[in-house]
Amino acid sequence: MFYREAGQFKTTYKADQAIFPIVQDRWFVIGVLAFAVLILPLFANQYLYTEVLIPVLILSLAAIGLNILTGYCGQLSLGTGGFMAVGAYAAYNLALRVPETNLIVVFLFGGVMAMLVGVLFGIPSLRIKGFYLAVATLASQFFLEWAFARVKWFTNYAPSGSVAVANLELFGIPIDTPMRKYLLVLFIVAVLALAAKNLIRGRLGRMWMATRDMDIAAEIIGIRPLHAKLSAFAVSSFYVGVAGAMWGFLRLGSWEPLAFDINRSFQILFMVIIGGLGSILGSFLGAAFIVLLPIFLNQVPGLLGIPLSTAMVSHLEFMIFGAMIVFFLIVEPHGLARLWAIAKEKLRLWPFPF
Amino acid sequence: MRAPADSDIAAGEILLSIENVSLSFGGVRAIRDVSFDIKKGEVRAIIGPNGAGKTSMLNVINGFYQPQQGRITFKGETRTKMRPYDAAHGGIARTFQNVALFKGMSALDNIMAGRTLKMRRGLLWQLLRIGPALNEEIVHRHRVEEIIDFLEIQAIRKVPVARLPYGLQKRVELGRALAMEPDLLLLDEPMAGMNLEEKEDMSRFIIDVNDHFGTTIALIEHDMGVVMDLSDRVVVLDHGVKIADGTPDEVKRNQNVIDAYLGVAH
Repeated sequence: MFYREAGQFKTTYKADQAIFPIVQDRWFVIGVLAFAVLILPLFANQYLYTEVLIPVLILSLAAIGLNILTGYCGQLSLGTGGFMAVGAYAAYNLALRVPETNLIVVFLFGGVMAMLVGVLFGIPSLRIKGFYLAVATLASQFFLEWAFARVKWFTNYAPSGSVAVANLELFGIPIDTPMRKYLLVLFIVAVLALAAKNLIRGRLGRMWMATRDMDIAAEIIGIRPLHAKLSAFAVSSFYVGVAGAMWGFLRLGSWEPLAFDINRSFQILFMVIIGGLGSILGSFLGAAFIVLLPIFLNQVPGLLGIPLSTAMVSHLEFMIFGAMIVFFLIVEPHGLARLWAIAKEKLRLWPFPF
Repeated sequence: MRAPADSDIAAGEILLSIENVSLSFGGVRAIRDVSFDIKKGEVRAIIGPNGAGKTSMLNVINGFYQPQQGRITFKGETRTKMRPYDAAHGGIARTFQNVALFKGMSALDNIMAGRTLKMRRGLLWQLLRIGPALNEEIVHRHRVEEIIDFLEIQAIRKVPVARLPYGLQKRVELGRALAMEPDLLLLDEPMAGMNLEEKEDMSRFIIDVNDHFGTTIALIEHDMGVVMDLSDRVVVLDHGVKIADGTPDEVKRNQNVIDAYLGVAH
């Protein structure tokens, strides 16, 4: 009843191409952002920050990165964890060797390094497609994991192989409390999500989607496959790299290569598939789903007062989690973002039948 | 702009010439020693029975297939090898026999994608989407809207093309090709599978494109009525060999053509 486009006439192409052409959407997003910045910090506790908000936001960013590659450009990748590791270790090394570098620059450096590596490992995509490409990117995952575990220079010859960062600060403000970390993550993720939305609405986004939908037709309208695919690998890996750097610095604090193993790649891939391929909003929804569902499942037996051992709870958690993913994909193969779109279409008519 | 009269075309400048082109796939000889030319501003039809090598000919012209022999001269430049990207850059656009649209994108985005080569702003501008990058989007949107008006598909511009009926998909595909502002437009069976009304619409668009924009058109079509009405000159292929070339009337009377289509008593 309240979600109506009626009366909102667009008189310029600029208005029609706006990021949220419908007024209600614009207010909704502003509302969510305002809530996240102003209201949440009033009552959030440490657990909410470190176990929910920060992981969801950082993994959303990684999911946006993978979504650009897989959802928009159609190139399947299983190397997300490896590229996150590149971002994390590159950022670590810059912060270690040039200690006075601004933290934002450190994160961006992580992204740029991941971008270079991503383009390198994206070159096979010019020859191979689909599952075969997935296998090639899987190889990059294993190679990168190996490199960070074995090449000691990356970990500054730490005997345990684990690296740590401490005393983070930005413009003189120490980033020490969970709230400050959360706000920094929120800021970076919001800016990069906006940039991603802009990219996919522009020429580059159309090039990616054209390559995904019909590469032959894309070629005859003058899209070079080399340009489209490698730019998708570059932008995607940049996002994943920044997410990896933030994961290391702001979520973990100290980490070893195992934090970015193949499970991480699968986790991000599931987020993209469940959230919705080819949707920025879907990346956020998918990340929230994958992070929150296990936490929620973990709480249920306690809330219902069923006495279960911790081991039993965690086994059940895996089983229910897997079953829910399967169920969900059967019900809505296009992901949470599609559900959201359907709900919006329905709302436009609700409560009248037509 | 007026279409040149028939006499102009006969004397006109040659846009594309194909000389002694042969193409084979393993043992199959799809095109054998075919030569013909396309003149600026004309509508050139390529006809022939199934398997005559018509689509292969289009694929050679826009660089999908590399002919084993022969030369192709486009806008005065001779070449033996070309990639589809270079063809697009040089001003050759095409549509496909079985629609090749970007299924996940809206009609508007499909046609906007046709403007890719005309857009200049780099990655950084695009991700900021302010100033020059935003202006560029809007300028090109204007051009695309003109094409949408021309093809009378205003109502479906935001619809994902996978949801559109076949006839409209063909129209969107023509729109995408037109968005490239090509010098040479290749149409591979633009009227296949259409009813009479849709065929009349499509014929009207083809004539208008040729008339208003002066675009040179090469088309493959099986509907002889359409071919005879639309085209200035017709080339007939059979089993990869050119068997006739001339105005529709000449071709219609040609004994080889009649034999190829109707069969000949042995």
